[in-house]
Amino acid sequence: MTLTTKSKPEISQQTLNQYELVVGIEVHAQVLTRSKMFCRCATDYAGAPPNTRVCPVCLGMPGSLPVINRAAVEATMKSGLALNCTIAETAIFARKNYNYPDLPKGYQITQYEYPSCEHGYLDIDLEDGSTRRIRIRRTHLEEDTGRTVHVGQYTLVDLNRAGVPLMEIVTEADIHSPEEAYAYLTRLRTILRYLGVNSGDMEKGAMRCEPNISVRTLEQKARGEYGTKVEVKNLNSFRSVRMAIAYEMERQIALIESGGKVEQVNMGWDEQRQCTVLQRSKESAHDYRYFPEPDLPPLQVSRAWVEEIRAQLPELPIAKRDRYEQTWGLRRAEADILTSEKLVIDYFETAVAAYGTNDGKPQRLANWLTGEFFRLLYTDGDGQDLRQIADAKVRPTQLAALLQLVDDKVINPNTGKKVLEIMYATGDDPQQIVAREGLAMVSDTLVIDDAIAAIFAANAPDLARYRAGEEKLFGFFMGQVMKATKGKADPNAAKQRLQELLKG
Amino acid sequence: MHLTPEEVRHVAELAKLHLTDEEVAQYAGQLSAILDYAESLQAVDTSNVPPTPYILRLTNVMREDQPEPSLANEIALANAPDSVDGFFRVRAVFEE
Ligand SMILES: [Zn+2]
Repeated sequence: MTLTTKSKPEISQQTLNQYELVVGIEVHAQVLTRSKMFCRCATDYAGAPPNTRVCPVCLGMPGSLPVINRAAVEATMKSGLALNCTIAETAIFARKNYNYPDLPKGYQITQYEYPSCEHGYLDIDLEDGSTRRIRIRRTHLEEDTGRTVHVGQYTLVDLNRAGVPLMEIVTEADIHSPEEAYAYLTRLRTILRYLGVNSGDMEKGAMRCEPNISVRTLEQKARGEYGTKVEVKNLNSFRSVRMAIAYEMERQIALIESGGKVEQVNMGWDEQRQCTVLQRSKESAHDYRYFPEPDLPPLQVSRAWVEEIRAQLPELPIAKRDRYEQTWGLRRAEADILTSEKLVIDYFETAVAAYGTNDGKPQRLANWLTGEFFRLLYTDGDGQDLRQIADAKVRPTQLAALLQLVDDKVINPNTGKKVLEIMYATGDDPQQIVAREGLAMVSDTLVIDDAIAAIFAANAPDLARYRAGEEKLFGFFMGQVMKATKGKADPNAAKQRLQELLKG
Repeated sequence: MHLTPEEVRHVAELAKLHLTDEEVAQYAGQLSAILDYAESLQAVDTSNVPPTPYILRLTNVMREDQPEPSLANEIALANAPDSVDGFFRVRAVFEE
């Protein structure tokens, strides 16, 4: 049975200031391997009929034996290194015992006392420009569970997901605001995606977050004490993580202020009603009786192996962002957006290589990419997902060619936007589109002069008013020139000729 | 070492077993005897033995990430007492 927590009362800022929020986050991230953690079943279970990616090992048949997937181990090491962790020389798998139909063996194989990676950190940037360091307690490897569906008096079990490699990334209780939690999670996801170890798809369950949330008074903090933790599960977006933390913080403070006590419970997040909901009382009912997995020899991780993996690490998004700022003169805002997604980084870097790094070109490219191009991307297909850039018909080199046409004054920026729309729809080269549609910019002053003469003739009263001192009419004439030339007039040439001819 | 009825009930709950009071009393005696027997290992001096999570001299037994065909659904479900639409079917379970 689920119970709703009481609706949260209003708390004054003064009261809030007397408390500190303390949050740690556990992230479970499916490792992008082709086969499962301990058997050779494929991991492509999405959309597959139930129980068609199963074998004696992941079904927990007696007599079957697990064998470790090297790629999953290396992906975990890679993630650990990117999170500044120490890679353990010895990592040992253990059995975590519990009975539930999503786990046919009666235990989950996980790392317990000897995880693969420990003692790391991730630096996050907050909106006010400050930086915070979130310590990573550990990153370990385990196996995912199956999927259960409750139908009436029955539970249906699909074990396609059982045994898919799963990384668990655990922070220290270093997070002190909902915004920090959000910043941590977005950066973590960017890194994991960038390493190619996780898809980051929360809605598909490939990445799951469980924050544990407590509050303490400043006196408790001074004494080094902590409040009672509440764990929130079933959060399916970073946005809901942020809201659940904000909600729990206020709920707990209000409870304490009214003389109550926070209980150690698991909560769920009710997306509809925007509140936390009690899930299960007393976590202490669990007693996992961990012991070393007798079927799996330990991992001995030589320093040579660690260095081999380190050498494979790509330049990470944060380092890229700093490099874009420092060597290409990009603004932080655009550098942040561009480095938020690996496929966007790849696109941008290919385009820069074609376009050039001189004369502020990277920033100009960044403006077009994050402005016009993303606008087109956002209104297309799945909307907000920037990964669609990989399927865009406009190739990076074509985007570079378009900007070069603008730089060379073959077309003006407004025409450039039109050309980009056509490129986006057709995938044609910009030069081809400009020639086909007759969009090349008119900077021939004779053509412009002809247009201006015709406009003066048709708007004689306005011309008279301008010459009598009504200078704000300049905009009107400028608009008429652009209109007469179908937007193709070189704006600078047109402006200059117009100024001269208006003087009479 | 003597197991209390509460400890027996706790273990039974973890194993999802429902025991009668008579069974609790019976198993408390039997399980205690087994633990006593195993406890004789405590007499061995292990002060110079490092913790040994694995007894064979094997490390890093791994395989390449190469999928292979899984079992056909009918075979996977062949031993199941109950199934429907390709799923295993069990009595409804809910987390307490
Ligand atoms: Zn399998």
